[in-house]
Amino acid sequence: MKKIILLAVISLATAVTYAGGYRVALQGQKSLAMGHAGVAVVNSSELVFFNPAGLVYLENKLNISAGVSGVFSNVSYQNEATGATAKTDSPTGTPLYFYASYRATDWLAVGVGVYTPYGSSVSYEDDWAGSHLVNNIDLKAIYIQPTVSIKVNDALSFGGGFIFVNGSVGFNRNLNRTLSDLDGNRSEVTLDAPSVSATGWTISTMFNPTENLRIGATYRSEIIMEARGGDATFENVPNSPLTPFPSSTKFDADLPLPAEMTVGLSYEFCDKWLFAFDFNTTFWDVYESLDINFEDPNVPDSVNARNYKTASTYRFGLQYDATEMFTLRAGYYFDESPVQEGFFAPETPRNDSNGYTAGLTFNVGERFEIDASFLYLHFKEVDASYDAYFENGQAVPFGGKYKSNAFIPGLGVTYKM
Amino acid sequence: MKNIIKLFIGVVAIGFVSCDADFENPVTDEGFYTSGTADLSKYVSVGNSLTAGYADGALYITGQDNSYPNIMAQQFALAGGGEFTQPLMDDNIGGLLLGGVQITANRFVLAVDANGNPGPVRLEGMPATDVATSVAGPYNNMGVPGAKSFHLNAPGYGNPAGIASGAANPYYARIATSSSSTVIADAASIGATFFSLWIGNNDVLSYATTGGSGVDQTGNLDPSTYGPNDITDPSVFGAAYSAQVGALTGGGAKGVLVNIADVTSIPYFTTVPGPAIPLDAATAGAVNAQFGLYNTQVLPGLAGLGVITPAEAASRMISFSAGQNYPIIVDNDLTDISAILQGPPFNLPAQTAGLLGQLRQENSGDLTLLTAASVLGTTPDPSNPLGVIGVSIPVSNEFVLTAAEQARIATAAAAYNATISALAAANDLGYVDMKTGLAEVADMGVPYDGGVLTSQFVTGGTFSLDGVHPTPRGYAYTANYIIDAINRKYDATIPKVAIGNYGTVQVTNNGG
Repeated sequence: MKKIILLAVISLATAVTYAGGYRVALQGQKSLAMGHAGVAVVNSSELVFFNPAGLVYLENKLNISAGVSGVFSNVSYQNEATGATAKTDSPTGTPLYFYASYRATDWLAVGVGVYTPYGSSVSYEDDWAGSHLVNNIDLKAIYIQPTVSIKVNDALSFGGGFIFVNGSVGFNRNLNRTLSDLDGNRSEVTLDAPSVSATGWTISTMFNPTENLRIGATYRSEIIMEARGGDATFENVPNSPLTPFPSSTKFDADLPLPAEMTVGLSYEFCDKWLFAFDFNTTFWDVYESLDINFEDPNVPDSVNARNYKTASTYRFGLQYDATEMFTLRAGYYFDESPVQEGFFAPETPRNDSNGYTAGLTFNVGERFEIDASFLYLHFKEVDASYDAYFENGQAVPFGGKYKSNAFIPGLGVTYKM
Repeated sequence: MKNIIKLFIGVVAIGFVSCDADFENPVTDEGFYTSGTADLSKYVSVGNSLTAGYADGALYITGQDNSYPNIMAQQFALAGGGEFTQPLMDDNIGGLLLGGVQITANRFVLAVDANGNPGPVRLEGMPATDVATSVAGPYNNMGVPGAKSFHLNAPGYGNPAGIASGAANPYYARIATSSSSTVIADAASIGATFFSLWIGNNDVLSYATTGGSGVDQTGNLDPSTYGPNDITDPSVFGAAYSAQVGALTGGGAKGVLVNIADVTSIPYFTTVPGPAIPLDAATAGAVNAQFGLYNTQVLPGLAGLGVITPAEAASRMISFSAGQNYPIIVDNDLTDISAILQGPPFNLPAQTAGLLGQLRQENSGDLTLLTAASVLGTTPDPSNPLGVIGVSIPVSNEFVLTAAEQARIATAAAAYNATISALAAANDLGYVDMKTGLAEVADMGVPYDGGVLTSQFVTGGTFSLDGVHPTPRGYAYTANYIIDAINRKYDATIPKVAIGNYGTVQVTNNGG
């Protein structure tokens, strides 16, 4: 078990944003195939993430689920006034998850989960038109969550767990639109906070008013990643007292991983069908500004307004037990962007999106299942700008058209005993 | 069920192959931007230092990268434009070597001195670009620093043997296709479909930057007799320019002709204020007393004798007062009275007579040049603290552009511009009124997305540290101005650049 967790942690090399903000909703292939709805679906240990309260209702004593997704995301930028263009060349993300639950008694189940609900990896060409805002960013956060699930009776249960987060942030941008060294190399800063730890918690409940209807609710707490003493490296800075950037200094910054509330239901009908709906709210309004405070007093602190708003996601999923061998799933979700007008920063170029999902489970014998899913995330072409960048006290908006998409195939396994 | 698996695998495969997020109307699509009735596939730019991308008193790589023709060529590429080559220097230091010996100075950078004051200084270091190492062209950018109009048509202007004597141009010698080739023939040999021609600035500018040290050659039709700081005769200019337009349009190419800006748009002539000499009342009184005889006896006397006109006598009066004062200057348009003053009735000693020879006080019609900043108010003879330049020693002619000299420049430049405009009309070419473009910057400033572009030295953003040539941002403004003219003339839709993305002066301290 330890080994698997370790493997999962190491392999989470690149988690790529594909939902609002830097939320990465890829926490289980079964749920993902149903529009990532699962707060009221009891079918695997994915419940560790979706709703710990439901674990105690799982049929089997031991349930293990693990999976991986391949995230192929693309962002294109163009400015029709100047003809400037850019395309991201982001590394393919491979976020993983691992969940295990064990029903110790009739009324108690315990579990553990490792997952990556937040992350971002976006790489533009160096020195592209928006390089004063971002060249590349790599944000990772791994959640490890020991969990308990307690049954009050067949109709009501509660669950919850502690969350230990370990994360890292890497970020590079040019210092402004023009500063460069004598040879024209653009002056840039690289921020690196390789290991930031924090804790949080989750609490949930499940209510089964009838045999066919389940209602669930899960709340996951806000976690502020407090990077302290990260490394800031300044490169290609002219040799001048007018640009007093040291080659390196330390920085402090806080990055919020916002709280999330999910309520939803699932309904079984006609024996083989299950419908699931989740309503998901992420409290992004905590992300007002990304402030980077440099230790060196000569380096001006960097204040980057974000002004995110709390945003919701509507998830719909359908499951059909086609045969003993196969379970088919499909889903759709609408993901509202937390980014407000005038704050569209290219580091998380996210407007509202539509997610189309499909997948299936292949039952290999009684205990072993292979779960596959596919997500196509569609963003409308958007004309947007980031207006909170300042040069010499004057706002210099950076705008243009953005078009994003993501293709995310995923594969997982489920084992139950 | 197998079909479902196949379908699933197929969908997954699509995810791997068609990953790009494509716009409905990508700007990179052919036809998004158009070149109208022009064909931008092969562009050649012809001109002088401005076309070469010269800045900060030198030619260097990043300056060339930001030359207006190169900026334009990048935008042309979105509307059918092709490759654009430039004779890049070997470094960003900027000076030129001839056989290992440095012959032109390194670039200026903005350095901070020991007292924390920023100012332009020459970048230290040994440049690597040796003119003796030919990188023969032709190049798409045929801008040759220092070239005057008639130089472009002069065989031998790129002959390495003529560099030392000044008969040839080191920048052209480096790229000339042969020792007898001409700039215009090399440019024409490219077979461009589109060209820009911006020449003639130096035909008045070298006269201006040397405070009118040269001669106004209007009326002299033989440019081979001209000195380097002379004003070119407008007919000589017209003939040269007409031949260049003929050579460039020979293959049916279209293009734009760019006119000559006013010197008053350039910080080299507008940075140092006229009244640069601060005096208190006592000092002003003492200085006035020294010139008392000159004002009350010499000038009225000479006017009475008919040696100078009463108007000249009045213009030569010296008067200092408490506060900021105009310096005394040598004006070589004044009657030289030094010989007369040594004879009766004045019988002045030769030194005093020489000092008064072409002396007057500067006035609001004159322009003090940027180079004067380092001499005004200084005492060249440390043993004589009373010998102050501008107060008791006149500022030499080369530091001041007088009203009369400005008038000669304006007259010649107006004639050049009339020729350029007429040739543009006669050949159905675009006409770029850069004179107005730069006057807008100088007069009220041009707003852009990060501030206002002005002609203020160092801080205005338009001009580099030599006070004459633009910064990258200034060149970007120039490129946009020319693109506007092309779009108008040829019904093209070439996009302009965001000038805020282009830098201004380079800060760098020597050493360290």
